[in-house]
Parts: sequence; structure tokens; C-alpha cells
Amino acid sequence: MAAQQSNSGGSATRSAGWIRLLLSNRKAMVGTLIVLFFLLLSVLGPVLVGQDPHAFVGMPHEAPSAEHLFGTTGQGQDVLAQTIVGARTSLAVGFATGFAVMAIGAAIGMAGGYFGGWVDNVLSLLTNVFLIIPGLPMAVVIAAYLPAGPMTILLVLVLTGWAWNARVLRSQVLALRDKDFVSAALVSGEGSARIIFREILPNMTSLLMSGFIGATVYAIGAQVGLEFLGLGDLSAVTWGTNLYWSSNNAALLTGAWWTIVPTGVCVALVGFALTLINYAIDEISNPRLRAEGSWSRLLKSRNVAAGPSTPVVRAHGA
Amino acid sequence: MRYLLRQLGLYFIAAWASLTLNFLIPRLMPGDPATAMFARFRGQLQPEAIDALRKAFGFTDAPLYMQYITYLRHTLTGDLGLSIAHFPAKVTDVIATGLGWTMLLSGAAVLVSFALGTLLGIIATWKRGGWLDSVMPPVLMFLGAFPYFWLAMVSLYILGFVLGAFPLRHAYSDTLSPEWSFEFIGSVLSHMVLPALSIVIATIGGWMLGMRSAMVTVLSEEYITMAQAKGLSQWRVMFSYAARNALLPNVTGFGMALGFVLAGSLLTEIVFSYPGQGYLLIQAVRNQDYPLMQGIFLTITLAVLGANFLVDVVYVFLDPRARGR
Repeated sequence: MAAQQSNSGGSATRSAGWIRLLLSNRKAMVGTLIVLFFLLLSVLGPVLVGQDPHAFVGMPHEAPSAEHLFGTTGQGQDVLAQTIVGARTSLAVGFATGFAVMAIGAAIGMAGGYFGGWVDNVLSLLTNVFLIIPGLPMAVVIAAYLPAGPMTILLVLVLTGWAWNARVLRSQVLALRDKDFVSAALVSGEGSARIIFREILPNMTSLLMSGFIGATVYAIGAQVGLEFLGLGDLSAVTWGTNLYWSSNNAALLTGAWWTIVPTGVCVALVGFALTLINYAIDEISNPRLRAEGSWSRLLKSRNVAAGPSTPVVRAHGA
Repeated sequence: MRYLLRQLGLYFIAAWASLTLNFLIPRLMPGDPATAMFARFRGQLQPEAIDALRKAFGFTDAPLYMQYITYLRHTLTGDLGLSIAHFPAKVTDVIATGLGWTMLLSGAAVLVSFALGTLLGIIATWKRGGWLDSVMPPVLMFLGAFPYFWLAMVSLYILGFVLGAFPLRHAYSDTLSPEWSFEFIGSVLSHMVLPALSIVIATIGGWMLGMRSAMVTVLSEEYITMAQAKGLSQWRVMFSYAARNALLPNVTGFGMALGFVLAGSLLTEIVFSYPGQGYLLIQAVRNQDYPLMQGIFLTITLAVLGANFLVDVVYVFLDPRARGR
């Protein structure tokens, strides 16, 4: 019991320190701010816009002006309104898919890694097969048979995307399984579920986090791609359907660049911000990368050229 | 050899799995996909003719395993059925028109991106803290966050539409017919620049960062210190000692990334109306041409499996340790 308490106390301070590290990291700060901005936009967006994004408000392909800051689409709809309203579905589907991909990948990868034997053989084979079958064509074939909509997109993206996380987490579990604290838990008679969730899982928080973020980046991009192909709900306003319609209305061949730029920049900003957070997590959980960053800053401040080796020591004062 | 055989086994299982998925997907879906599939023929054809079509596409009342056996026999003999959008052309014939273009475009783009990205990664580690090392990764990372096809749209707009430097669509000029002439090959190349460029821009960052982190790991090995202690030139240490070993994880990643890059290049083809698999795929989606869609899925899967096997052969050639396994 005493050991249990000191253990949980240790993990609490560890996670508090972890959050502090994350906040003190510049990449993580920038990334988090951008993501928060878009989350806020997707929650408040429809209220801010205050009009139906489908409404015809002007001539087709009007260039940006004071009246329509981002111009109008090929059907005379306001591009700014469509971009803001589109954020909601795109981000909701993106984050939900990211979470589902991470959860399923984690379940399959951890089960294989922990139980080993034939369970691992079967699950690893399944993972490798799904990793190697190209995702987009498979997603297209499945989505084409299902009713168009966010649920279909979520389903096909989970089906085609879970394998990567499963592979990463399996190898991590394999490495952790042989650690002394797992053997100790086994000897003290803890059950499999308890060992997996209480002993192994807390040691993989950073991997799970970066798995979730990576999966979300993948999901947002793939969702936009599928909708661009015309596999989404074409009557809804999302980032992907915005691009579908602008390509359908031959926007670029008439010079209407403003119909594609806002949406593309939004998708890229969200993806970039999430990737930044992922790099920050990587830097924090990998001391070597952190040491390298402060080391090269230190060398630079003293005007010394860096040698080719990586310092494993931590530079003081950085 | 054992390694290659094991990989080959995996590819066979993956090929079988995608064949089976292809069979099961239409049959597991809610409703009657066969009816949906033939809906566009209603009014044009007699019900008897539609029934005959159903049989021809393999939707019979026979038990599932019999249908499966028929399906496997047809597929293995290269019979993927008839295309609906291009009726009555065979799916294999329709796919054959676009296969070469896709392989040319994505093959060239992937190789250029891999070679250039790896080289940039080596140079970035060489001059650590230099501008290439500090400025390029975030810029490339930002570019990599854009959807491929969006970059394709922008490069089409700026380089093609505004500047008029490159042709906007198709794989070669309409006034030429395919032949081995200087003019035709030049036309193909100039039509390829924009789509290939957008794929390269979107993917190069990944290779560069991958190579950079592999290099950082390798550079702390003792044989690097040894090479430097011997007084070898920086050039020799970087390329003959570090890069050779750092390349291995990137080569393995190459096989993994192929499917992903191919997906991006399918979407890029659509933007440029490049007559490859991607362009066929979107026509299939718009016309609900399920046999063509499934044929494209199978073809692309087999192509990716084949390419992965080639990467494995290269890997065994590069890494002596893999030969022993």
C-alpha cells in the first residue's frame, strides 16, 4: 500500500513536470495556440458568421473585396463564411478519427506485444498486411459503397489508418515487457489487465499522445482528400467539399485563386501546429534531442563550430 | 534469403487479403449494391439484360463460397469484369491505358524526392546549426502539412496559369501522337514537371528529417570517431562512413511511404487531368463504376507490393546483416 502511494505520488509529480516542460517548449506553445484558435473557431464559427454559408450573396467568382473579404465561390457564396463553418465538421471528424485510430491501434498493438505467441503472430500479420495495402484506393472503394457523410469517412479512415500505431506501440510494449517492474508485478500476482493498464500504459503516455496527434494529422488530410474526390456529403460545408466545389467550378482555370487558398492554408496550419506539438513531445521525451538543442545554442552563443558528435550531457543554463 | 522469402510470404498474404476484401466489400454492404450498380442502366436495358449483366459481374444466387471461387478464378486469369462508365470495355483494358502514366509520374517524383531529401539531410547534419539545418526543416515541415493536391492546385495556378511556364493539363500535347520522337518525349517531360514538382515539394521534408535524425544517431557511433581520429576528410566521413549507415532506415521507410505517396499522386493526377490511375479513379467515383474502382484498387495494391519487394532486394544488397537473417 505504501509502495503504491509513493508510486502514484511519483507519477503525479512526473506528469506535472511533463506539462511544465511542454509549456516551456516554444514549439509546443506555438502549436497549442494555433490548435486552440482553430478549435475556438470551429465552436463559435457558425455564430460568428451569422448567415447560411450556402446563401448566394454575390456574383460567381468575385475577387476579395471589403464586402466579401475572401471573395465568392463559383456559385456566388461567401468564401470566408464557408471556410469558418467548414472548420467544425473537418476538425470534429479529424480529432474523432485520430482518437479512434490511436485507441484501436493501441489495443491491437499492446495485445500482440503483451501476450506474444500466436496472438502476436496473428495480430502482427494483420498489422503488416494493413500497413502495406495502399490506404487511399481501399478507402475509396469502401466509401463508394456506403452512404456519404462524416461517419463513413471516419469508418474508412480508421480501417485504413490503425496499423501504424499498432506497430509502434507493439514494439514499445515488447521493450517494456522485459523491464524489472513488469516482472515484479507478475510475480506479485497482478492480472494481465492490471499490468497492461496500470504498469505499462502510464509509461507510454508520450507515445500515445504523439500517436493520437499523428493520427489526427493523417485523418484531417485524408478526409480532405476523400471529400475532394467527391466521396463526402456534398451538401455539407467542410474544408474538403469547399475544395471539391472550387475544382468542380474550374476556379483555377478562371483565375479564382481565393476559392482554394483560405481552405488550404487552414488545413496546413492545423497540420503544422499538430506536427509542432509532436516534435515538442519528441524533444521532451528524448533527452538526447533536448541536449542537442541547448548544446548547439550554447555553442552558437560562444561562436564555436559544432563537432559532428551529439552531446549526451545537458548544457547548464540553457 | 530467408528474409526475402519471409517478405515474399507477407506480400502474398497481403495480395490475397486485398483480393478477398475486394470480393467481400460489395457483398457486405447494406442494401443491394448490385442493384445500385446497375441503376444507371435502368430504362436503357431490359430487366433480362440486367439479370444477364448481374451474372456477368458475378452477383449470382449461388452460395457465397461458390461466388468466391468463381471470383478468384476470373481474377487470377486477369478478368476483372466490364467497366460501367466505359461500357462495354474491359476493366483491364481501361486500367492499362493509365498504368504507364501513373508509374512514370509517381516513380520519377518519388525517386527525385528521395534522392534530394536524403542529400539535404546529409548536408544539414554536416553543417549542424547552419541555415540549412535551422531554416529548411520547419519550412519543409510546413509545406508538408498542405494536402498534396492543394500544392498541385497552387503550382498549377502560379506556374501554369499565371506564368504560363508549363502546360496545365494532360500528359502530352493534344497535337502529338505517342511515338519515340524527340518532340513527343519533350512534351511528356514538360507536362510532367508541375505534377511531379508538387509531389516532390510535399514529400521532400519527410526524407530530409528522417535522414537527419538517422545521421545524428550514426554520428555518435565509435567508428565515426575512429574515422575522424584517422584524419579522414569530412567529406569521406560523412558520405562513406555516416551516410551509408544512416541510409538504411530511410530505405525501409521508402517501402512504407510508397503507398502514401501513391495516394497523393493519385489526387495530384486529378488536379492536372493527368491520364493515370487517379484520373480513372475519379471518373469511376463520379459514374459509380464499381468494377473499375475495384480493379484500380487491386492494380495499385499489386504495384505497391511489387515495389516493396524491390525495396527489400535493395535493402538486402545494402545491409549485409539482412543476408544472414
